[in-house]
Amino acid sequence: MRLGLVIDLDVCVGCHACAIACKEWNASGTIGPLSDYQPYGAEPSGVWFNRIRHYEMDEYPNNKTINFPMSCMHCEDADCVTVCPTGASYKRAEDGIVLIDQDKCMGCNYCSWACPYGARELDRSSGTMKKCTLCIDRIYDQALPVEERQPACVLTCPAHARMFGDFDDPDSAVSRTVRERGGFPLMPELNYNPTNTYLPPRRKPVIPVDTRPRGGLKESIKQFANKLVRR
Amino acid sequence: MHPAFSVIFFTVASGAGFGLFSLLFIADTFKLGGGFSDQQLVIGGLVALGLIAFGLLSSTFHLANPKNAWRAFSRFRTSWLSREGVFAVVFMPLALIYLVCIWFDAPLWLRETFGFLSAVLAWITVFSTGMIYACLKTIRQWNTPLVPANYLALGYASGSLLLLLGAVVAGLDPAPFIAMAALIVSIAAVLKAIYYFWIRSTGLTPTINTATGFTRAKVKLLDTGHTHGTFLTQEFGFQIARRSAGLLKIVVFGLGFVLPGLMLVWIFNEQGGQTAAAVAALAGIVGAAIERWLFFAEARHVVNLYHGAQRC
Repeated sequence: MRLGLVIDLDVCVGCHACAIACKEWNASGTIGPLSDYQPYGAEPSGVWFNRIRHYEMDEYPNNKTINFPMSCMHCEDADCVTVCPTGASYKRAEDGIVLIDQDKCMGCNYCSWACPYGARELDRSSGTMKKCTLCIDRIYDQALPVEERQPACVLTCPAHARMFGDFDDPDSAVSRTVRERGGFPLMPELNYNPTNTYLPPRRKPVIPVDTRPRGGLKESIKQFANKLVRR
Repeated sequence: MHPAFSVIFFTVASGAGFGLFSLLFIADTFKLGGGFSDQQLVIGGLVALGLIAFGLLSSTFHLANPKNAWRAFSRFRTSWLSREGVFAVVFMPLALIYLVCIWFDAPLWLRETFGFLSAVLAWITVFSTGMIYACLKTIRQWNTPLVPANYLALGYASGSLLLLLGAVVAGLDPAPFIAMAALIVSIAAVLKAIYYFWIRSTGLTPTINTATGFTRAKVKLLDTGHTHGTFLTQEFGFQIARRSAGLLKIVVFGLGFVLPGLMLVWIFNEQGGQTAAAVAALAGIVGAAIERWLFFAEARHVVNLYHGAQRC
């Protein structure tokens, strides 16, 4: 199995609900707490596993705002695991999830240097590195109904921009969607082989905008009247 | 990258210590300048081991959870950081046996064997220190074979200047030590110049386009999505102005290579001069420390592409 996420950049509305749900679940989960520094102060900061950035693609009139959620990509060739000197970082053979053993981590930050996606953040209160667990304490929980055995971010997304599944199975919903929509990985040139895949925005017809006013006597009188009224 | 002072101190001090120890072995084997006495060799060796031990100790200060530091020896097979720790720890007993051999006048083959083994391990350890940085694909300025080469050259340059100071204090003929220091310092200067030249060009690196996957249009960041700084901006956001970096490079060359070079000429002409030797050693080490600071300050991690950088 190779579990991971598909994120639909065409659908994501940038509401940050996935980040909030992630924080809520994981702050009280097996890897918690996720410390906040000055949450109500002048310089609020803290540990998050999921961060949403906002980009603008191309230029007016072809521009588009893209909301860009990012969490751990659970890479196939994860350098964060190989560089870890203590063995705290590991990748599970059975489902490909990259995890950090909080009892072994010495907080040297080296794994965060090796990660190109900024998925790892040091928690100052525990002195250990923390990262997305793909809600491992949720997806295998037999006490939950089957449809709820998914990461918190996927369940909460109001736009259904996130999917969770097995990328090793060519007939899984995630694999099929990635094939049909032309999903792509981030920074493939670094050869980390990230599992999480992004779906591009769909092509939309350009809506013609008529910027010049129509001519004619009626239009000229209208404009003249408007000018008078404005004065 | 954020320059952490404990790591700068560690790499400079342990580099100088490993350099000094291996060159001390060479000076002992070839009896350079008439040869150090056994007592002087042991003192020199202990100074080198002290530098290494202090360096290793200070490296634990940048750990957020140092109580797990002992686990760092466990991933020898994949991690250069782990390898460096293991090699440094294997070096210590070998180096101590070498010094014991000198002190108790052991047979020459035993003394030379352990001296050679510890010199080789010193080389491997400094190489591993460089590889910690050079193996990261995420930082273009580090992902080059010039990085371990620079670490070795600067470590040995600092070591050779310290050894020259020792030779001058011990009253040996300084000429062979001057020649050795001149050669190693020039090699270090040339390698550093190549490095600075090399990182000037942008090369093939990830851009904001490959980082977001939108490779067919211009992409710009609108909002990072956080109110204040995060761990990522604190650790990787550090930037140095191109002008200040250029000025610091001049300081690195002036203090680290030119001033020690002038001092070498001075010692050679005056035949002695402990002050000059001390100035050379100090300038070399301070130059190496500034070089190390700049090495961190100039490194641009690709995560900055998600914080507005167009390329790294």
